[in-house]
Amino acid sequence: MQRRHPFSIGTSILSILVILGLAVMIYRFVNGLGAISNLSDGRPWGLWISFDLYCGVALAAGGFTLAGAVYIFRLEKYHPVVRPAILTAFLGYTLVILALLVDLGQPWYIWHIIINWNVHSPLFEVGMCVMTYTVVLALEFSPAVFEGLNRSNLPVVRDINWRVPWGVIRAIQIPLVIAGVVLSTLHQSSLGSMLLMMPTTLHALWYSPILPILFLVSAIAVGPAMVIFESTLSNRVFGHRLETDILSGLAKIVPYILGLFLLLKFFELMAVGEIGLIFTAYPYNLLWWGEIIIGSVLPIILFSIPDIRQSRKGVFWTSVLVIMGLIFNRFNVSMLALGMRPGYVYFPHWMEFAISIGLVADALLVVWLAYRFLPIIQHEEMAEVKA
Amino acid sequence: MTVAVLFDANRCIGCRGCQVACKQWNENDEAIPTEENGVDSKNLGSNENPPRLSAHTWTRIRFTELEYNGKFHWVFTKVQCMHCEHPACVAACPVGALTKTAEGPVIYDDNKCFGCRYCMVACPFGIPSFEWEDPLPWIRKCTFCMERLNEGLEPSCVKTCPTNALELGEREELIQKARERIAKAPDKYVDHIYGEKEVGGTSWLYLSPVPFKELGFPELDSEPVTVDAERAMGAVAPVLLGVAATMAGIYWLCKRREKISQDKSTKKETLK
Repeated sequence: MQRRHPFSIGTSILSILVILGLAVMIYRFVNGLGAISNLSDGRPWGLWISFDLYCGVALAAGGFTLAGAVYIFRLEKYHPVVRPAILTAFLGYTLVILALLVDLGQPWYIWHIIINWNVHSPLFEVGMCVMTYTVVLALEFSPAVFEGLNRSNLPVVRDINWRVPWGVIRAIQIPLVIAGVVLSTLHQSSLGSMLLMMPTTLHALWYSPILPILFLVSAIAVGPAMVIFESTLSNRVFGHRLETDILSGLAKIVPYILGLFLLLKFFELMAVGEIGLIFTAYPYNLLWWGEIIIGSVLPIILFSIPDIRQSRKGVFWTSVLVIMGLIFNRFNVSMLALGMRPGYVYFPHWMEFAISIGLVADALLVVWLAYRFLPIIQHEEMAEVKA
Repeated sequence: MTVAVLFDANRCIGCRGCQVACKQWNENDEAIPTEENGVDSKNLGSNENPPRLSAHTWTRIRFTELEYNGKFHWVFTKVQCMHCEHPACVAACPVGALTKTAEGPVIYDDNKCFGCRYCMVACPFGIPSFEWEDPLPWIRKCTFCMERLNEGLEPSCVKTCPTNALELGEREELIQKARERIAKAPDKYVDHIYGEKEVGGTSWLYLSPVPFKELGFPELDSEPVTVDAERAMGAVAPVLLGVAATMAGIYWLCKRREKISQDKSTKKETLK
């Protein structure tokens, strides 16, 4: 009982944030985007696109990297973290969709993208990937729900044989995982392609024809870091304990991917002869260095030290650096280093923050409910029963 | 054959008749920018007003005072959608609400748009505007008075211009005309037709007595801004198939390796 007390405080704070976000949302649909945001013709995309879309999608990368590692590369060791990773990816994508429903001028016409295709638009690719991959993630996660329902003792639910749909999903699991990897590859990179339309407004330190590749590589790097971050936190809150071996294994992969990211970034700048900008383009070079040092250089060094990889704290805080670096990078490319029309300024309105924070609170509440009522960590027994 | 408009800053007298005509024809005149109407308006220290383009102001005259070659200049330039030859907004729009017509104008269709505003972010000239205060908002920008063109009429701004600073014509012919004008009075014009080459060419062409940079025109390459995005989008289908095939292949290999090692261990056990 003692454990529950701090938790009810946490959930009530989350609930207040969710309600505040909902209230702002209602106000937005009655009065228009101008009433709740500082967005303008000079800065048409703001906090929601940078944080909810650009960071949200990248931070959901744990889902496809872990699913791919476990089901395609058969790295069974990481099986215990697949389900939490897929759950957070699914929630991440749901949040992206909810944020887009707030950000779009007329979200009730969102189905237009299904009938009016402009296959040359990177945003069309983004839209298609968001929709299809969210469905794939829901299916990938559905076994947990079926297992939960199977165990439940509710009147009608109990009488349905949940093993039937569960078996169907199991049968198509590998194609689902492959579809997830393909869609994520396209989706992560397409967020970079979106910026290719702005060669004149995105600062030369970031603009590059290989932006789609940089986006994909950095997302793959942040995937394991995000899984470390989430599972460490959920361990703390829910008391499950993951083996250090799993965490340090994940930590070992990250420096290679970050190293590739750094190399690509440097070589690209050298190839186009703009490497000098990292010293001369003040103040933008500070943003660039900040992102590189926090998100790539420090984590590569720290994760390469065996003692740090063996320490839960070390692994956790280094993952936090990777995540912060990625958020820094996505804010740089989609807001800070992206030019505005002359004569405009932008800082997010408090109601813009309220929406974004409210959505994150939504996700945390759902995570909390899922951990309480669904088999997220321990689910091997069920698989064995079936077999 | 595509239509274009040539604007000559040496002929413009800054009367802003084009602004008024645009507002009247496009029924934007209910939002006359005065503070009484609650619309942003401020004294910019010149006759320039409204201060910026908006969903209700699709064109305006920019006033620039500067010294160039030891001479004082007061230059008026008209700002509106440039109707690019390779428009970024058209390539960006996920639902195809913006199209480049065969005649030249870039037009917008309310019935397809859902308000994502990618066109506004992508436009290298910073033109499309959004109805921020409206709960049912659309994108708004200069239409080139497409419906007037279809009836054989000039755009309302061109029709109104009292000094022929605006001329409608065939694009190549107008470029020819502009060249002749520069050649005839090289001391009165800089040797640059803005819009001939910029981002692959635009349907609005400009002549000026001073460098365009001084007038707030963005300095742009002759390469369309859509090139890199087009290349990336061309790679989508091969990447899709390639990644799917690679993943299937890796799955098969890893599964096979597992099976072989399992067989080996069971064999060992039976031998024992």
